[in-house]
Amino acid sequence: MAENMLEMRGITKVFPGVKALDDVNFVVKKGSIHALVGENGAGKSTLMNVLSGLYPYGSYSGDIVYEGEVCRFSNIKDSENKGIVIIHQELALVPYMSIGENMFLGNERGHRFAIDWDKTHAEATKYLKIVGLQESSKTLIKDIGVGKQQMVEIAKALAKNARLMILDEPTSSLNEEDSQALLDLLLEFKKQGLTSIIISHKINEVSYVADDITILRDGHTIETLTKGVDDISEDRIIRGMVGRELSDRFPKRQNVEIGEVALEVENWNVFHPLYPDKKVIDNVSFHVRKGEVVGFSGLMGAGRTELAMSIFGRSYGTDISGTVKIHGREVKLHSPRQAIDAGLAYVTEDRKGSGLILSNPISVNTTLANLKGVSKNGVIDPHTELMVAEEYRKKLNTKTPSVQQNVGNLSGGNQQKVLLAKWMYADPDILILDEPTRGIDVGAKYEIYCIINDLVAQGKSVIMISSELPEVLGMSDRIYVLNEGRVVGEFERGEASQEKIMSCILSTDSAAKEQKQ
Amino acid sequence: MTTKNKVLDFIQKYTMIIALVLVTVFFAWRTNGKILDARNITNIISQNAYVFVLATGMLLCILTGGNIDLSVGSVVCFVGTVGAVLMRRDLNMWLAVLIMLVVGVLIGAWQAFWIAYVKVPPFITTLAGMMVFRGLSNVVLQGKTVSVTNEKFVQIFGGGANCYVPDFLHGEGINLLCLVVGIVACALYLFFTFRNQISRRRAGLETESLAKALLKSVVIVAVVIFFTYKLAQYKGLPMALIWVVLVVLIYTYITSKTTVGRYLYAIGGNETATKLSGIDTRKIYFFAYTNMGLLAGLAGILTIARLTSAQPTYGQNYEMDAIGSCFIGGASAYGGVGTVPGVIIGALLMGVINIGMSIMGVDANYQKVVKGLVLLAAVIFDVVSKKKNS
Repeated sequence: MAENMLEMRGITKVFPGVKALDDVNFVVKKGSIHALVGENGAGKSTLMNVLSGLYPYGSYSGDIVYEGEVCRFSNIKDSENKGIVIIHQELALVPYMSIGENMFLGNERGHRFAIDWDKTHAEATKYLKIVGLQESSKTLIKDIGVGKQQMVEIAKALAKNARLMILDEPTSSLNEEDSQALLDLLLEFKKQGLTSIIISHKINEVSYVADDITILRDGHTIETLTKGVDDISEDRIIRGMVGRELSDRFPKRQNVEIGEVALEVENWNVFHPLYPDKKVIDNVSFHVRKGEVVGFSGLMGAGRTELAMSIFGRSYGTDISGTVKIHGREVKLHSPRQAIDAGLAYVTEDRKGSGLILSNPISVNTTLANLKGVSKNGVIDPHTELMVAEEYRKKLNTKTPSVQQNVGNLSGGNQQKVLLAKWMYADPDILILDEPTRGIDVGAKYEIYCIINDLVAQGKSVIMISSELPEVLGMSDRIYVLNEGRVVGEFERGEASQEKIMSCILSTDSAAKEQKQ
Repeated sequence: MTTKNKVLDFIQKYTMIIALVLVTVFFAWRTNGKILDARNITNIISQNAYVFVLATGMLLCILTGGNIDLSVGSVVCFVGTVGAVLMRRDLNMWLAVLIMLVVGVLIGAWQAFWIAYVKVPPFITTLAGMMVFRGLSNVVLQGKTVSVTNEKFVQIFGGGANCYVPDFLHGEGINLLCLVVGIVACALYLFFTFRNQISRRRAGLETESLAKALLKSVVIVAVVIFFTYKLAQYKGLPMALIWVVLVVLIYTYITSKTTVGRYLYAIGGNETATKLSGIDTRKIYFFAYTNMGLLAGLAGILTIARLTSAQPTYGQNYEMDAIGSCFIGGASAYGGVGTVPGVIIGALLMGVINIGMSIMGVDANYQKVVKGLVLLAAVIFDVVSKKKNS
């Protein structure tokens, strides 16, 4: 039996308010390809960041045993020196540098004060050959496609003398052909003795390439399946990923009457802002009724946020087409202001980056989207503003010593409440909540769910985008499933299940592939 | 909060005021109290009037995200040039003033358009403006000096020997008007402070403790009375002080009480969040830079009135004085943080250091070294204290 390349024992990693990894054990055999699968937020990336030293020794508990030796990495350089190289989902290449320059960035050939460009390009050419690229090493990165860029990343990893290569969603931005080439390359490297770990949500790829599959769920290791020993069919893997009980983590909604259609979107198309020929949203139609909670499920990158933001005053994308009707009347929303005035609110998934002003107090954040409500002729009435902030603090039970506290000092859950308060004060009819419970603890989640119930009880409509299937199932009256920019399924409450939603996504994945073939 | 924390908190909140007091005490000691002479106090105000005005405008730009305006020195020069040439041709003084302000606004709007709507980086746009308007001033003046002979203009906007508010109360041996203004200002301050306290208390909002508010008021009243008394002993209220106080009051109001002011802070704090809250951020950038043009126009007026001429070299490095004052006065280099009173304290600190060292006879080159180090120290303090907080 092959010896173990890597053993991670009892790894626990805690973020403020969230236990991301809880006693995770993970063993990789030498010369194998090991897949790590799990839902969004299961802890895959966190585990790999612990391994690579991005989260340094001391910030987690547990042991990393690599090639029989206990390792304590304090940064990425340490792990790279041992031959552990991670290739991130988002490519880390500098577009206006050549392939060769990128390949040896931070790892330059030659003397410290004089880079040896001949050696650089000679070695780059050698590694390019290994990964099967014909390009000159002097070609600029921006001039080659994403698939080739991914190959350059792999060549770069090899140039660092990688003995354990970690690939985080390597095929997420590749087309079918490039993906296949990449997977075959991994199999080729395996023959030469390279060990790799692949993180992927594309189950068919995983079963094609992996020798072992470890399933993570909610920060726990669920099981490790071995090819040839266990059943590694897609169904089996999915069951492992989602197999979780729906308990009463969701407050019951008191008979809210579902009324007229409040928002109707038809034939919505959106193109990528940077790559104008890439279609991000493909002919999406949906509607939301008064008093209804509609869930939008899908994997990361399915286009849910892009859909929401493009509707919300064209805050995302180019070349947008389609119609939006609010209460049956067609509206043209060209700016967030128009969207707000039409009764829409978009509560972002990125509360720190694009939701709140962390350096400003709660009161300022609460009134930002509706400053008219507390001002007269452009002059703010500070008393009214404080009273509004105080009213929402009480309503949403935000825990803070004062509404003059800076938002940056609050916990994630309380920040989320301030963000909700801001949009509730704008008094919309339709709220789009994007990942409303991301990164907050269970107690705060429950409170957010109660707020959602209150909102629909008041006759508002809620669109809830969430990557957590139990949450979507527990809260929604109706669910749309999105994949690759298209609506691939619609379920009524009661007829949906985690397995159904997952297989809905996966079957459209493979259907798309068959079409291409 | 423990006592130690309270002290630290106090120091952090009032760092620059404490620094100003310490620096003033230091110079009072080294110059045998000369720096607190009425004449020197008047000088600090008149000499630095342009800094106060420009720094206030610069703060608005910096609030939007640490963006600066490099062109203000050249704009001051150009506006001054236009004014001097017009008055030379016996144009009515008030018309000339209006034209100068309009020219300032137009220049501001020109730069603001590129910055706000075309997204040319402010640094580049205003660097270009710095060269363009310096060059244009030279072209108009043909490299020569044009003197300003309109006495009324000089008296109203200048900082020279006769540029004081006349004492129409006719005090004997002391400028009575100046004293009265000081007392009225204190009374108004107390009235508004306590009215605000009472209405907040009625509304059930938290207020600072009565003792704290009283102490603060006593200190402010004492300082105002002391300085107006000093000024009254000399020639009274310098005209430049009137303009500076007007600018400070108006812009303190705009930044703290109006929606436009709120949006300036919001953009600097988080531009994406501001956009998604339905605010047209381009308009706010446009406002900040157009307004900078207006205030550069006013600074141009003050400058030629004080120096009673226009020269192609006027206004050089004014932008640096303004930017320096902002950062010393607690504006964040990343935007979103800073107040008009803070910036004024920063400008005062620089002014006191300047004049103090001049009285002590320190070489002008060393003065620059000291000012540079003070600026660096202030920004280091800002960056480090932010790191600790996060």
